[in-house]
Amino acid sequence: MADILFELAGISKSYPGVMALDDVSLRVYRGEVLGLIGENGAGKSTLMRVLGGVIAPSEGVIRIGGTDHARMTVNEATQAGIAFVHQELNLFENLDVAANVFIGRELLVGGPLKLVDDAKMHARVMPLLERLGADFTPDTLVDNLSIAERQLVEIAKALSIDARVIIMDEPTSSLTISETERLLEVIADLKAHGISVIYISHRLSEIMTCADRVVVLRDGRTVGELARDQLSHAAMIRLMIGRDLKALHTPPKRSPQPGGCDIVGLVTSAFPDRQVDLSVRHGEILGLAGLVGAGRTSLARAAFGIDPPLGGEIRIDDAPIDVASPREAIRQGIYLMPEDRKKSGLVLELPIRENVTLASLLNYAQMWLVSAPAERKAAKEQVRRLSIKVPSIDMEAVTLSGGNQQKVVLGKWLSMQPRVMFFDEPTRGVDVGAKSEIYALMRELADQGVAIVMISSDMEEVIGVSDRIAVMHEGSVSGVLERPQFSEYNVLQLAIGQALETVEAAAP
Amino acid sequence: MNKKELGLGLLLVVISAVTGAINPAFLSLVNLLNMANLIGLFGVFALGEGLVIITGGIDLSLGSMFALLGVVFIDLLTTYEVPWPLALLAVLLGGLALGGIQGFLVTRLKMQPFIVTLCGLLIYRGAARYYTSDSTRGFGYGDEAATLSSIASGNVAGIPNTFIFLIILALVLGVLLHRSVYGRWLYAVGKNEEAARFSGINTNMVIATAYIISGGLAGVSTVLFVFYTNSVSPSSFGNFYELYAIAAAVLGGCSLRGGEGSILGIVLGTALLQVLQNLVNILGIPNSLNFAVMGTVILIGVLADHQLQARRRRKMALAGLARTAPKSTREGQQGAAPRGVDALPVRTGDQA
Repeated sequence: MADILFELAGISKSYPGVMALDDVSLRVYRGEVLGLIGENGAGKSTLMRVLGGVIAPSEGVIRIGGTDHARMTVNEATQAGIAFVHQELNLFENLDVAANVFIGRELLVGGPLKLVDDAKMHARVMPLLERLGADFTPDTLVDNLSIAERQLVEIAKALSIDARVIIMDEPTSSLTISETERLLEVIADLKAHGISVIYISHRLSEIMTCADRVVVLRDGRTVGELARDQLSHAAMIRLMIGRDLKALHTPPKRSPQPGGCDIVGLVTSAFPDRQVDLSVRHGEILGLAGLVGAGRTSLARAAFGIDPPLGGEIRIDDAPIDVASPREAIRQGIYLMPEDRKKSGLVLELPIRENVTLASLLNYAQMWLVSAPAERKAAKEQVRRLSIKVPSIDMEAVTLSGGNQQKVVLGKWLSMQPRVMFFDEPTRGVDVGAKSEIYALMRELADQGVAIVMISSDMEEVIGVSDRIAVMHEGSVSGVLERPQFSEYNVLQLAIGQALETVEAAAP
Repeated sequence: MNKKELGLGLLLVVISAVTGAINPAFLSLVNLLNMANLIGLFGVFALGEGLVIITGGIDLSLGSMFALLGVVFIDLLTTYEVPWPLALLAVLLGGLALGGIQGFLVTRLKMQPFIVTLCGLLIYRGAARYYTSDSTRGFGYGDEAATLSSIASGNVAGIPNTFIFLIILALVLGVLLHRSVYGRWLYAVGKNEEAARFSGINTNMVIATAYIISGGLAGVSTVLFVFYTNSVSPSSFGNFYELYAIAAAVLGGCSLRGGEGSILGIVLGTALLQVLQNLVNILGIPNSLNFAVMGTVILIGVLADHQLQARRRRKMALAGLARTAPKSTREGQQGAAPRGVDALPVRTGDQA
């Protein structure tokens, strides 16, 4: 395998305040399957975007065929034979397979009208589909294809541009077991034809099956490389974590009180064949960990009535409650801080004042007429309590920084009486200072008796802030850890669906 | 009164002054009262249209609703000799019901407002023509509803009742839209329906209510128009009137994307449209150019508004940047969230 396709040397990418990639080097050989693993946010996707020319690295070189590039453009990457099969497939559902394969470089009949030559494109795509063993034809609408079939279309697209390396980012996250096996066969076939594959996945057993070599990233650095004969689950997990967490846990002021929120056999629309059981006590912060797409957000949305649950029950203090709509959930004291605050948390064009009182406006109204003084008072109180840094409560929410926006969403709920609060990625896109303030606020709420569920993909946050951690894997809870068991290793083990080896107490 | 409405009001004054200077007949009392009457007639349903537009929807069915409700109204009074209060009630309920059906289709069945109300436009018009076999309905020589007629088309001290009615309605709706909880919800839903839903607002109910109000006001307008023309020709009565309403709302600051607009703006927009129509007559511009003049003014008005807004937004963005800088980009956060001890509360406790 001496034949180097390309090489990334000393690649760094920094954003203000964040090192997304720090001196990463990577070689890809002809005809190999390279596994790329790491936790959420380890820098895998950023690295691949550098390779694909989507973002420019701050430092380092990309060496292809003996020439050095300081950065690549998307076109250069395509010409160099680098192709993506995206996590979220980038296909046009309203067009047929051939049109998607040739999108942006349609074959033309010729002449001034630039008419598209459908027949020729179909003829060119057919052999590619045959080679991939697809059982659909080039004139099938993408809309009618399953996710696995759409992936084949993406791979066909890669083959049609004579790709030499195909990057697959979490290709199996929405596939069934048999579809996954099919994909792994396709990968073996690509490899046999001398095409390299960079395979990014959280599913270590797939990596074990198909990878010739595995590179592990952590916090934007390459932390290890495993050859085929060194591959094992334990070795991979150890490399993925391998860092001491100096997390400072603020203990609850008093031990969790009896009662709280019990989620029993809840079925969400995202995973209709799985059930979720989860309990959170008043006064505790329950961390909800898991890989992206494990069903954590679906659980929160179901409990808050956004996508009402298909089955099961939610009880607060042993009384079953109805969560058919967010309005019902709010009436029961269940609140949700959504993952995407700009889309779901705030009406950006409205002033801070109106955002804070949006959910509780009737409390500041008489006969449905809003009392301006009462509303202003309530908004000012939240701004003060949460120390939201704004010159005026009449500023539009869009003008605030991420941390302050998040606090406005929080203020919306704190102006009422929460009993159970779901925080979905509460500190994503929030600066460090605001982060610790949000943690302190969560603890304060818990101490007031609120049951808190904190969904987070930031391992440090999960371990540092939670009183207990529940881990989800593919739609159900795979385990719950008590504080003495807290460790990155244990969380990851549960997150990838493995049982804990022993209920070992992690070294403190 | 915000800048947009101030600008619109100013435009109205300038255009009136210029027209008046060219032809003083424009400012004659008779002409002004005539315009006031038309502004009243067209303003009532433009307000309803405005509410629907603020939800991010549109109501194309108004003109046809006038025709259908109009022929039913006259028939009730003349053929069936129903007492006028009952006929009036029937038309109002009819308008509310049609609005309710459209609101139901838009919110519960998730159909696009454009399609729902376009079908309404076709269906109501067809129903009106079928019901009357395409013949014009009018009042006989008897006075079936003299009381109602004098309310709808009369005047107080010379001021047309329609105009007075519009002012009262505008005040009521102004309070509803700008002071009430419902109004706040309407803007929130229009701007960001998802965030409104996440705040526990029954967004379907809020949107459907706007269609119902619009339908109810269409019922009121029907009665006013029937007594203005005294007859209803089902194939032409109210034709294109929904477009007047949309034009007035847009001119008055409503965005078809939803979440923007004000009652005062819509009233001023309606007034401007009527002034333009009147000006075409008074200045001896060929009547055939009527629509073209209206279209041009709307186009220029909306264009100017867009440019001003873009400038304002740029200025605000700059101010925002200066205040919050330095801030980390979203992309960076996605790549890797800031980690380390710094990210945790600065309190001591047991160590994990």
